[in-house]
Amino acid sequence: MQVAVANYIALSAVIFMIGVGGVVARRNPLIMLMGIELMWNAANLAFIAYAKAYMSNAGHIFAFLVITVAAAEAAIGLAIVVIVFRRSEHVDVDDVSVLKG
Amino acid sequence: MIAFAILAVLIIASAVFVVSASRPVYSVLGLLVNFLCLAVMYLTLDAEFIAVIQVVIYSGAILMLFVFVIALLGSGVRAFSVGPNRLPRILAPLSVFGVLALGGLLFVIVQTVVPSLPQATATTSAGNAGVFGSVADFGQALFTTYLLPFEATAFVLMIAVIGVIALAGDIDPPRRPRPKRLRDREPILKERS
Repeated sequence: MQVAVANYIALSAVIFMIGVGGVVARRNPLIMLMGIELMWNAANLAFIAYAKAYMSNAGHIFAFLVITVAAAEAAIGLAIVVIVFRRSEHVDVDDVSVLKG
Repeated sequence: MIAFAILAVLIIASAVFVVSASRPVYSVLGLLVNFLCLAVMYLTLDAEFIAVIQVVIYSGAILMLFVFVIALLGSGVRAFSVGPNRLPRILAPLSVFGVLALGGLLFVIVQTVVPSLPQATATTSAGNAGVFGSVADFGQALFTTYLLPFEATAFVLMIAVIGVIALAGDIDPPRRPRPKRLRDREPILKERS
C-alpha cells in the first residue's frame, strides 16, 4: 500500500520542530548542533518524499547538496565549539557574546 | 504503510531522545538510531544512493566527528553544564509555541499537499519504477544535468576545510600578535595551567 506524501511531510515537520526545540531549549552547544542536524534531516526527508511523489531526480540531487552542506556546517560548528572551549574551560553558550556588538 | 508507521515512531522517539538526553554521548547514540531509521525510510522511497550516503556520511563521518569532539571535551559534563538546564524553565512556553507552529505546518500541508497530489502516487509506480532512484540514474543526473551544483558542492567543502583549519588549526601561535581583546582574557588561560 502506498503511503501518501502528506504523511512524510508531516513526519518531516515533526522532526523539524523537535530539532528547533533542541536548539532553543538546550544550552549544551553540542546538543544544539545535533538539533540542527535533525532539522537538516527533516528537510532531506521532505525533498526525497517529493522526489518520489513527482518521480523527479531533482529532489535526490538537492538532498545530496544538503548532506554536503550539513557536513561543512558540522565541521565548522564543532571547530568553533573546540576553540571556545580552548579559550576558557567552563563555557556557557549565553556567555559567549563577544560578537554581540 | 506498516513499515512507515514503525519507522516514524522510531524516528520521532529517537529525535526526542536526542533533544532530551542528559549527556551528549547519549544524544549521539539517539541521533545514530535516527539516521539509520531515516536511511531505511529513504530506501522505501526508492532513494538508494541517498540512503547509502546517509549511512556513510552522516552516521560514519559527521557522528564520528561529534564523538571525537565529545571525547576531546571530556563528555561535555564538566565543560558545558555550568548553569541549570533551561529545559524545565521554558518547557511550558516552548511546548505551546511548538504545538502552535506544528499545527500551522500541518494545516498548510493538509491545505496544499493533499489536494494537489491525489493521483500522482497512484500512477507513478508502473512507468519507470525500476529505474527511478537507482544509483545509475542518480549518477547520470548528477554528472550531466546537475554538474554545476555538483562542482559548487566541491567548492563548499573546500571552503569549509579551509575555514576549519583557519579556526582551529592554531598554526604557530606565539609569532602571531594578539589583539587587545584577547589579551584581556590572559588571566583565564593562566589560571588553567
